[in-house]
Amino acid sequence: MDNINNRAEDKLTGKRSDLPIRPLKLSGLEPLIVTPESNFINIGERTNVTGSRKFLRLVKEEKYEEALNVARAQVEGGAQVIDVNMDEGMIDGVQAMTTFLNLIASEPDIARVPLMIDSSKWEIIEAGLKVVQGKCIVNSISLKEGEDVFIHHAKTIMRYGAAVIVMAFDEVGQADNYERRIEICKRSYDILVNKVGFAPEDIIFDPNIFPVGTGMEEHRKNAVDFFRATQWIRENLPYANVSGGVSNVSFSFRGNNAVREAMNAAFLYHAIQHGMNMGIVNPEMLEVYDEIPKELLTYIEDVLLDRRDDATERLLDYAEQVKEGEKSGDKKTQEWRAEDLQQRITHALVKGIDEFIEEDVEEARLQVSKPIEVIETHLMNGMNVVGDLFGSGKMFLPQVVKSARVMKKAVAYLLPFIEEEKKKFPAGEGSSQAAGKVLMATVKGDVHDIGKNIVSVVLGCNNYEVVDLGVMVPPEKIIQTALDEKVDIIGLSGLITPSLDEMVYLAQELDKLNINIPVLIGGATTSRAHTAVKIAPAYRETVVHVNDASRAVTVASNLLNEKTKVEYCRSVREEYDKLREGFLNRSKVKEYLTIEEARNNKLQLDWEGYTPFKPNKLGVYQVSVKPEELLDYIDWTPFFRTWQLHGKYPAILTDEVVGEQASLLFEEANTMLNQLIEEEWLQAKGVYGIFAANQIDEDDIAIYDESGKQITSFLTLRQQSKKNKRAANIALADFVAPKSGGVTDYVGAFAVSAGFGVEERAAEFQKNNDDYNSIMIKALADRFAEAFAEYLHEKVRKEYWGYAVDEALDNEELIKESYKGIRPAPGYPSCPDHLEKKTIWSLLDVEKNSGIQLTESLAMWPASSVSGYYFGHPESKYFGLGKIKEDQVADYAVRRGISEEEAKKWLNPNIAD
Amino acid sequence: MSKLKAELAKRILVLDGAMGTMLQQYRFSEEDFRGERFKDYNYPLKGNNDLLSLTQPQAIAEIHSKYFEVGADIVETNTFSSTTIAMADYHMEDLVYELNYESARIAREVADSFTAKNPEKPRFVAGAMGPTNKTASMSPDVNDPGYRAITFDQLRTAYKQQAEALIDGGVDILLVETVFDTLNAKAALFAIEEVKEERNIDIAVMVSGTITDASGRTLSGQTVEAFLISISHIPLLSVGFNCALGADLLKPYLKRLGLQTELNVSAHPNAGLPNAFGEYDQTPEEMQMLIKDYLEEHLVNIIGGCCGTTPEHIRLIAEVAAAYEPRKLKTSVL
Repeated sequence: MDNINNRAEDKLTGKRSDLPIRPLKLSGLEPLIVTPESNFINIGERTNVTGSRKFLRLVKEEKYEEALNVARAQVEGGAQVIDVNMDEGMIDGVQAMTTFLNLIASEPDIARVPLMIDSSKWEIIEAGLKVVQGKCIVNSISLKEGEDVFIHHAKTIMRYGAAVIVMAFDEVGQADNYERRIEICKRSYDILVNKVGFAPEDIIFDPNIFPVGTGMEEHRKNAVDFFRATQWIRENLPYANVSGGVSNVSFSFRGNNAVREAMNAAFLYHAIQHGMNMGIVNPEMLEVYDEIPKELLTYIEDVLLDRRDDATERLLDYAEQVKEGEKSGDKKTQEWRAEDLQQRITHALVKGIDEFIEEDVEEARLQVSKPIEVIETHLMNGMNVVGDLFGSGKMFLPQVVKSARVMKKAVAYLLPFIEEEKKKFPAGEGSSQAAGKVLMATVKGDVHDIGKNIVSVVLGCNNYEVVDLGVMVPPEKIIQTALDEKVDIIGLSGLITPSLDEMVYLAQELDKLNINIPVLIGGATTSRAHTAVKIAPAYRETVVHVNDASRAVTVASNLLNEKTKVEYCRSVREEYDKLREGFLNRSKVKEYLTIEEARNNKLQLDWEGYTPFKPNKLGVYQVSVKPEELLDYIDWTPFFRTWQLHGKYPAILTDEVVGEQASLLFEEANTMLNQLIEEEWLQAKGVYGIFAANQIDEDDIAIYDESGKQITSFLTLRQQSKKNKRAANIALADFVAPKSGGVTDYVGAFAVSAGFGVEERAAEFQKNNDDYNSIMIKALADRFAEAFAEYLHEKVRKEYWGYAVDEALDNEELIKESYKGIRPAPGYPSCPDHLEKKTIWSLLDVEKNSGIQLTESLAMWPASSVSGYYFGHPESKYFGLGKIKEDQVADYAVRRGISEEEAKKWLNPNIAD
Repeated sequence: MSKLKAELAKRILVLDGAMGTMLQQYRFSEEDFRGERFKDYNYPLKGNNDLLSLTQPQAIAEIHSKYFEVGADIVETNTFSSTTIAMADYHMEDLVYELNYESARIAREVADSFTAKNPEKPRFVAGAMGPTNKTASMSPDVNDPGYRAITFDQLRTAYKQQAEALIDGGVDILLVETVFDTLNAKAALFAIEEVKEERNIDIAVMVSGTITDASGRTLSGQTVEAFLISISHIPLLSVGFNCALGADLLKPYLKRLGLQTELNVSAHPNAGLPNAFGEYDQTPEEMQMLIKDYLEEHLVNIIGGCCGTTPEHIRLIAEVAAAYEPRKLKTSVL
C-alpha cells in the first residue's frame, strides 16, 4: 500500500487547483474562514456529555458557570470551533442545549468562535440553531432515515444559516469500506447540492473513523479506506470538506496511552495529507508525529496503512513492551533526561514539559558567557524545531501554546540574570543602547498573539526594545504609536484569514501617510506568497514575511544595519517581485483605461457654439483689500467647525444645544474682528492674472502673453478609471478651448493671503498663555483668506474678466458656488498635483507680488493662503481625479521634465496599484 | 426584480432619508396621531409613527414624494416598527397587517406616479423591517445572562406576518435593517424564505446591519466579517450598514464589508452623530462631501440616509452619486 503514501505526497491534501476558491465560512462573534491554505481546524470536544464525564456531571447538576469554564479553557487552548453535545438520557437535551448556548452567547471570549451543535436528535439540533447568531455547524445529518427526512433537515439547516456535517450513513447502514463511503457521500452531495441547493462549501463529510488493530480481518483496512475515501471526496466533490473524530481509531488500545497518543498522531498526520481539513482531536491524547519513536511509528503505520499481514500482532507485542516500560517507573522520563542538554531543552519545548526547564536552563546559563546566549542558542534551537513541526503540520496549536508556556518560564528564569548583566556592564557592547525599537501588534479583529509574543520575547532578548500593543489593534493606533514612539520596525501578526486584508490595509495606510518604517509580517495565516502579492506592493518601504521567531532577529538586524540595509531590501523586493509575477501571470480585471483611451473619452464641450469672453483686463495684477471689505464674503460655518461646534451659520446661533456657545464665540470673534480691523492687525494681499490660453497636447493648457507667445503651460491630470458610457474622463484642460479649433480662450490664476501679521499676533497671545485668542486669530485669518478668494473670484467674474457682469448672488449663493466658472486649487481633488503651484508662482511672480512663499513641500506660507486657477466656461465644474495609472505618470514626468521617480513621489496618493 | 438588478448594474441607486425626522416637522399632536378612527383608543398613541400611515396618510405620501422629487430611486415604507412585537407598546398588535399593507400601498402609489412621469427612471419601494425592540441573543437582565425576552420563533412569526403584508401591499424589496442582533435578522430571513417558498415567488432582500460604536461591532458583538458570514445563507440583493454612525465613522467598516462580499453594498448613514439633544447637525453639504469620499473609492451600489437626513441631504447625495460609477461586484479576496 505504498502507493497511498506516494499519492498523498503528490496531491497534498487533495486540493484542486483547477477550481476557484470557495472557502467554508463560519462565524461566532468573529469569522473563521477555512481556505485550502488553512491549517487543520481544531474542534474542541470537551463540552460533550457523551465524551466528558466531568461536563456531564456539571450539566446534570446545573453548574453552568463551571461548564462554561470547560468551554473557555478549550478556546484558550486553541480550539477553533466548540462542539456542544447534550445527548444523555437523564438530561432534557433541548433545554440544556438552549440554556448552555444562551450562556455562551453572553461570554465574548467563548462566543468569538463558531459553535458545533452536536446531537443525534433533530429537536435538540433545531433548539440549538434557534439561539446562535453566528454561522455554526450542525453535527450531523445522514441518509439513515431516507431521503425525505434528509432533505427536510438539510433545507431547514440552510434556512437557519449553518454548515452541516454529513455522516457516511444511509438506509442500509454505516459505510464501512471505501466503496460504500464514496457511494453514500456522492449520493448525499448530489442531493444537497442539486435538490436542496446547499452551498457545497458548507458540506463537511464525516466518512467514519473506525478502530484499527482490533485483530479482526474486516477492520484491517479501516484507516486506509478512510484515507482513500477522504482523498476521493476532496478530489471529486468540489468544495466539500472532511472531518472526523480522531481518537476512535485507537479505540482498541484503550489503557495504553503511549500507543494511543502515537497512533492518533500518526493517523491524523496521514488523514491531513489525504485532505481531512477539520476534526475533533483531544490535544491531551495526541503525540507529536515526529516525536514518535521510530520503531513504534513503523509498527503503527504498518497497521494504519495495512502494510503487513502480521502488523497488528507486531504492534500488540510492542505495545505490551511500551506499557511495561510505563509501568516500570519513570523509564521513559529517565530516557530523555539522559540526553544532552540541548536535546533535553528541545524535548521540553516540543513536548511542552515545564517540569525540568529551570534546572536545564540554569545548567545552560553556567556554560555560556552571557545569560542571553541561552535564549539565543539553546532555547531558540528548540523553538525552531517547534516552528518547523508546526509549519509542516506535525504539531498543532494547542501543543504550540504549551511550548510557548515553557519558553516563557525559561525566559522568566533568565531575566534577572540578564538584568544584572546589563547593570554590571552598562557600557558594554550592545547592552547600553537598544539595537532598535520594534512595534509589535496583532492586527484588528484578531486575538491570536502567541507567535507575536514569541517574536517579542526573542527580539527583547536580543536587545531590541519592543513596544507591544497587544491584540486587536486598530490600524490607526498602530500608525500613531509607530510615529509617537519613533519605532524602527513594525511587526504585524495574525492567525485568522481576515487579518491578511487588515495587513494590506495597514500597508496602504502607511504608504498613504508617506511613512518609511519597514514592516515584518508573521503569523500562521500569513505566507510569503500573500506578502509578496498583496502586502509588499502596497507599501514603498520593505515588507518582509518572517515565518518563525528565530528569523525575526536576523531580519531585523539586516533591516537596521546601515551597511546591509539597502542591499537586503533590494533583494527582498526582487524576490517578492518575482514571486508576484508568477502569481499575476493570470488574467486580471481591468478597471482603468490607458491614458490614450482616457484621452479619447475626454469631456467634449461644444466649442463650435461657444465664443470665449475676452477679459477686460489681461496680465498680472496685484490686489490688496481691507479686511472690512471682506466681511460680507466670510463663510462662518467652517469657523464654528474649527471650534467643534457643528451646525450651519446663522442657524447655529439659535441652535438649542450649541446656540449659546456659538453666540458667545461669535460675539467674541466679532470683538476681535473689530479690533483687528481698527488696529490693522492683518493685511490681505494677493495677486491674480488672466491670460489667453488654449488646450494643447490633450491635457495641457498653454498660456500666452499679449503678443500671443506661449509663456508657460499648466499641466493637468486626467481621470483614468473606467467610466460608464455616459461619463467622460475629465481633465481640467477640457474646460479650455483647444488650440486646434483656432479660437483663443482664457484662463486665470491667483494667490491670496490674509495671513500677514497673524503669526506674530498669535505668538504674542501664546506668550501670555492665551491659547484661546491665539487660535481665534488663526481661525479668523483662515476665514479671511477664503473670503478673499471668494471676493476676488467675484471681482474677476464681474469686472476683471467680466464674463458674468449681470451676476447677482448673495453670500449664501456664493458659498453654495452657484456661479459660473470654477477656481480649483492645486492639492485638491480636481488637481492633486502640488507642483502646479510652482507654475502659478512663477507665472504671477507670486512671491514678489504678494509675499506668499512656498515651502519645500509646497505648502503656502503664511498658512492662511489660497491659490488656484480660474476657468470661465459655464460647463466647468469641480471633480475628483481619482486614481491614475503608471502610463499617465510616465507621460506626466516627460511633460513636467522631471524623473518618473520624482513624479511618482508627488502623485503617489493618486497612483493606482 | 430584474428591473431593479438592471438599474443596479447601471448606476448607484439612491435610497431615501429619514422618515422620523420629516414627521417631526409636522408636529402632530396626540389628536392627529389618533385621527377619527382611534379617537377613543384606550392608550396614548402619540409617537407611534407607523400608525400615521392610517391616520395621516397624506403626510406619509408627501414625504415619499419629497424624496422621490429630489432623486431617490427607492423609498422605504413607514413600517420600521410594524411588527406585533414592537406594536405591543401601543397595544396595536392586531393592526399589524393593515399597517404594513397600507404603508406599502401608499409608497407604491407614489412610486408608480413618479415612474409614470419619467419611465427612464423607475422608482422602487422597499418594505422596511426594523429590528423590533427585543433581542434574541442577549439578555435584558444582567443577573440572568441565560434569559431571553424574545425567542427565534416569536420573531419568525412576527416577521412573517410583516413580510406577507408588505408583499401584498406591493413592495419591490424587503429591507431587513438596523440589525443590531444578528439572530433577530436571521429570524426575519427565515420568515422571508418561508413566504417565498409558500407563495412560490422571488423577492429582492436587502440586509443592513448597524455598527454601534467605535468597537466596530454590532450590538450583539459580531465583527463586520462575522456579521456578513452569518447572514449570507439566503440570496440577497445587497448587504450594508445603516444608522448609529455618520458617514465618516461608518466608512472603514463599509470598506471592510466591501472587500469581503460579492453582493451589492448599501449604506444609509446618519447625518453625523447626534448632539446632546439627540438632533443631527450635519448639513447636506457636509454629508455630501463624506458620501463623495465613498464614491471616489467605489464603496457602494446603494446609498441613502438614516436618522437626521432630509430631502435636501438626499438631493445632494443623489446629485453626487449620479457622477460616479457603482461599486463593481467581484469575487471576494479569500
